[in-house]
Amino acid sequence: MDLSVRIGPIKFKNPVWVASGTFGYGEEFADFLDLDEIGAVVTKTVTLEPREGNRPPRVVETPSGLLNSIGLENKGMAYFLEEYFPRLKRTAARVIVSIAGSNGKDFAGCAAALADAGEPDMIEVNLSCPNVRHEGARHELMAQDAKSTEKITASVRKKVKCPVMAKLTPNVTDVAEIAAAAENAGADAVSLVNTYMGLAVDVEKMEPALGNAVGGLSGPAIKPMALKAVHDAYRRVRIPVVGIGGIMTGSDVAEFMLCGAAAVQVGTANLADPSCYRRILSQFTGYLERTGIKKASGLTGRLKT
Amino acid sequence: MAKKKVIEAEVAANREVARDHFVMEVKAPYLGKNAAPGQFVMVRARDEGTDPLIRRPLGVHAIRKSGISLLYKVVGTATRILSGKRPGEALNIMGPLGNGFDLGLARGGKGKVVILAGGHGAAPLYALAEGFLREKKEVDVFLGAGTKGHVVCARELKELGASVRVATEDGTAGHKGYVTDLFEEHLELDERYLSPDTAIYACGPRPMLARLARALPEGKVKAQASLDAYMACGTGACLGCAVRTKSGYKMVCKDGPVFGLHDIDWKMEGR
Repeated sequence: MDLSVRIGPIKFKNPVWVASGTFGYGEEFADFLDLDEIGAVVTKTVTLEPREGNRPPRVVETPSGLLNSIGLENKGMAYFLEEYFPRLKRTAARVIVSIAGSNGKDFAGCAAALADAGEPDMIEVNLSCPNVRHEGARHELMAQDAKSTEKITASVRKKVKCPVMAKLTPNVTDVAEIAAAAENAGADAVSLVNTYMGLAVDVEKMEPALGNAVGGLSGPAIKPMALKAVHDAYRRVRIPVVGIGGIMTGSDVAEFMLCGAAAVQVGTANLADPSCYRRILSQFTGYLERTGIKKASGLTGRLKT
Repeated sequence: MAKKKVIEAEVAANREVARDHFVMEVKAPYLGKNAAPGQFVMVRARDEGTDPLIRRPLGVHAIRKSGISLLYKVVGTATRILSGKRPGEALNIMGPLGNGFDLGLARGGKGKVVILAGGHGAAPLYALAEGFLREKKEVDVFLGAGTKGHVVCARELKELGASVRVATEDGTAGHKGYVTDLFEEHLELDERYLSPDTAIYACGPRPMLARLARALPEGKVKAQASLDAYMACGTGACLGCAVRTKSGYKMVCKDGPVFGLHDIDWKMEGR
């Protein structure tokens, strides 16, 4: 059976990756998993300068979901390149570095720093974190605005040789339009969905449950909506679509691929069970065996509609 | 530090020890061997399904060769499901996690060990007290609860030789008021509580710990507190359980759950 998938010039040993913000920088999971087995690790988002993150509480569970407002806490690009990047590169997993900033200059600065340091296998441009300010976007988030999406993706594209993937928000009228903007700007792939904006209430205190009031919802609760978003984007763009949103099982992986995903990212499930990756990959392999599909990549977009 | 593991363990016992408070004994020799007082585990209430989705953090309550026990209060869906587990049923448990109490705080000195617990904050302090009492240290325990029916561990700690004082908010048992009020009265009566040889350990609601930090002069006493927090991963990956310390945000799961009482920025905490 051939599990490999290709995005641009890069070959991944399998289409099951781990999503940004749910897997740290990999080493947090070393007690539970052999990182070498993983198709790709998407790092916790790195910004040019350190960010202290949002005020607590930052996470609250909702029915079959997790609402978070971490606020991109990280120690900055210099620290990442010094401490985490060399160790991650030594694993057999593909390394996808997630970058973000509050304006175009920050994004370009992150890309330039990565270009100087020896590029990762891919860059994920996080245009869609709901928990930080995005300057200059006509809406709250960069990825809610086709023009900002295009501009920032192009500026990152110019700085690096490695493939660039734009991570999109589902909090839009038409996600396919934003995916097309990323494609126009030279993105090699789009990944979606980032979290759905939400709010949880502490009814005793009569306050929002999160310190930042609003947060982003992830987990199985969003899966049907994420599948639709992936399907919409897949029908519009020619570049690969990477599916994200509540994947807990191998069958969930297959659902996203049938809807058009070339690969997927497992997110919240890593937080619930740090060893889930192995189970999900083996369930997915079992699905391919059962259905007699020899090449995982052959599953992409096979949904009969 | 011992490797963190996800273990399919077995429930050995699960009994209600006070109203809404349960002690669950879990067969898990790996945790019995490797867990230290103040560390915690994360349990899945249900192995199947997606609700509850995330594990719940529970302090290690007692440490035995055969495994550990957990003291928890039923506060929501996950803990209600846990309270229904019967001996022989499986429990998916992850640990040991976080940093335990610094036993050296008390070990070297000839002074007292003082333990303050608010409600089910007694959970991780019991294992600590048990260890010190086995070493024949003098242990003074202050237990606080809302009402008489919620007082936990008092009898057990007395039997082990601790001097136990109780405060209830409604006055149905012991001193009427907060456990911190009771402790502050003793601070005035017995200067040994402020001796540099004394080690103070506390766990309970954040306002209780903040009050304790104000009552104890910083730099003069050695005091540690174990914090509870909303948590998702338990391993330092998601950065969800941030607490404001005097040197910026720290993660309760990875940098704690035990912190120096005066390292927490109580003025900014919760803002």
